[in-house]
Amino acid sequence: MEQSIVDRVKSNPKFEQLVKERSSFAWKLSILMLVVYYAFIMVIAFSPETLGASIGDGVTSIGIPIGIAIIIFSFIITGVYVYRANNHFDKLTADIKKGAKGE
Amino acid sequence: MNKLLLLFGLSLTALFGGGAIEGDVTKSDLNIPAIVMFLAFVLATLGITYWASKRTQTASDFYTAGGGITGFQNGLAIAGDFMSAASFLGISGLVYLKGYDGLIYSIGFLVGWPIILFLIAEQLRNLGKHTFADVASYRLRQLPIRTLAAFGSIATVLLYLIAQMVGSGKLIQLLFGLDYSVAVILVGLLMILYVTVGGMLATTWVQIIKAVLLLSGATFMAIAVMSHYGFSFESLFQAAVDAKGTEAIMSPGGLVSDPVSAISLGIALMFGTAGLPHILMRFFTVSDAKEARKSVFYATGFIGYFYILTFIIGFGAIVLVSTNPEYLDIAGNLIGGNNMAAIHLSHSVGGDIFLGFISAVAFATILAVVSGLTLAGASAISHDLYASAFQHGQADEKSEMRISKISTVSLGIIAIFLGILFEQQNIAFMVGLAFAIAASTNFPILFLSMFWKGLTTRGAVIGGSLGLITAIVLVVLGPIVWVQIFGNAEAIFPYKYPALFSVTVAFVGIYFFSVTDKSDSADKEREAYEAQFIRSQTGIGAEGAVAH
Repeated sequence: MEQSIVDRVKSNPKFEQLVKERSSFAWKLSILMLVVYYAFIMVIAFSPETLGASIGDGVTSIGIPIGIAIIIFSFIITGVYVYRANNHFDKLTADIKKGAKGE
Repeated sequence: MNKLLLLFGLSLTALFGGGAIEGDVTKSDLNIPAIVMFLAFVLATLGITYWASKRTQTASDFYTAGGGITGFQNGLAIAGDFMSAASFLGISGLVYLKGYDGLIYSIGFLVGWPIILFLIAEQLRNLGKHTFADVASYRLRQLPIRTLAAFGSIATVLLYLIAQMVGSGKLIQLLFGLDYSVAVILVGLLMILYVTVGGMLATTWVQIIKAVLLLSGATFMAIAVMSHYGFSFESLFQAAVDAKGTEAIMSPGGLVSDPVSAISLGIALMFGTAGLPHILMRFFTVSDAKEARKSVFYATGFIGYFYILTFIIGFGAIVLVSTNPEYLDIAGNLIGGNNMAAIHLSHSVGGDIFLGFISAVAFATILAVVSGLTLAGASAISHDLYASAFQHGQADEKSEMRISKISTVSLGIIAIFLGILFEQQNIAFMVGLAFAIAASTNFPILFLSMFWKGLTTRGAVIGGSLGLITAIVLVVLGPIVWVQIFGNAEAIFPYKYPALFSVTVAFVGIYFFSVTDKSDSADKEREAYEAQFIRSQTGIGAEGAVAH
């Protein structure tokens, strides 16, 4: 990459905005996912009976909707990222690319 | 603690090991509907391979299908890579045996995907061209980094391939009534054909077709099970509890507290998945970062959906298979072992024809997964070792293509040979080791090259090698190899999963040997980070697979 492009991108305030917003968003979502997963694992390790408790009078345990919910959550959280990236980060990136060409 | 380890170990082996069928299996009668449907699959995929061969002219076509796969297609193909036959049979077998525990394992395999999306998918696409070593060596010295990355890739691929070949041989023996060695040779030859002739394009479409077939078959089974119970989970679970005679299947079972193993396994799964060469390679088959991120979104959806289906299928097998003497041997155990639960269930809900369909899908699944692995291994040899490291990027495309095809054929032959050699061996440690190497060598170098300015060649090579050595040594000294294979009384290293330790060693080693690197070349490498960072964040320079 030419140094002139590097300098133009670096001095573009939108580049700083993109990097800052995207990395903070990505790290927040990553930490959220890790917290959810490891909370689940720690409950299994230290208090399995919590998840084994029946819902109402039936045999279905509370752990089943929770487990399914974590699977669905994983999918939704990727959707949230993709939505924000497609609608916000991509616009910033397109502007930065225009600026890089010196237009 | 041991139970926890054992269960996690079983799941890891079952899901990824191709260890769908462990131990001795007997050859069954020829299964005609299964063979007919499998032949139909082979003919269709060979047709696709022929079509793909017309479109595979350049090295970029061969490695990455020219970057022309869409996000949706790639999502299906990634899901295809992840939903191996062992995963399908292993996880439904685990649910059949343990109930709720099966769900816990599926969740462990899924949660790495969002993290891959948030932190590495787009940067990987923006920086790389054919292999993840392109990214790792972007601003570092080619020869040492490519060599280490290729070594990590080839080791991961070979361990994984052996596990898949052994598992597939046993599975096919059981499902189709073919000889073990015939089955292994057949898988090996077909895989060589797909990859050498059709390259990544054919491999991708084999993955996509197989993913669609597997998802359709599993959906049909799950619906058939649920319709038995008026689509009420409570009725299904009630029937399963009655059949098992215990409510234990509704809660986490046999899992004693051992946070170290739980965390270590979590790290192995997450970072290991993000360091598997055949998974990483899939991100180069799409046109840009946007399609790369869409791939992960679709893949996570398909994989999550698949795990929910296998959970229902496992419970369906408890009520419909375990109560039917037709599927049990004299001792009351499942014929072929617990991992055959889904196969028997397919017969129970759909008769011989559907059993044939599911068996054919299982075979197709194995073919697709080994093809992806072989392609990743071959590209490490031809692109990283031959073209980039030894020819210093000066190799012409024709000779690089030739080397990649020779590598594919060689890997295929080695896989067949090792598959036959390891028939009676304990291969349980292989997949764990593959994940540990991917997590402790490939991932730390890749991750730090993208995110840490201070990384230098010296740090990456020494730290990455330390991670690799630690992973291998700890697996050898651990409970599986040291006790089960070498027959010692007690393991020197008590945990089955070394990732927590070996990944830490790798990161600390890379950090230490990078910050203490005062050479001029190290300064240049740090300076080069800025341009790399701009490209990784924006994709400037990545369009049209520009040479770098």
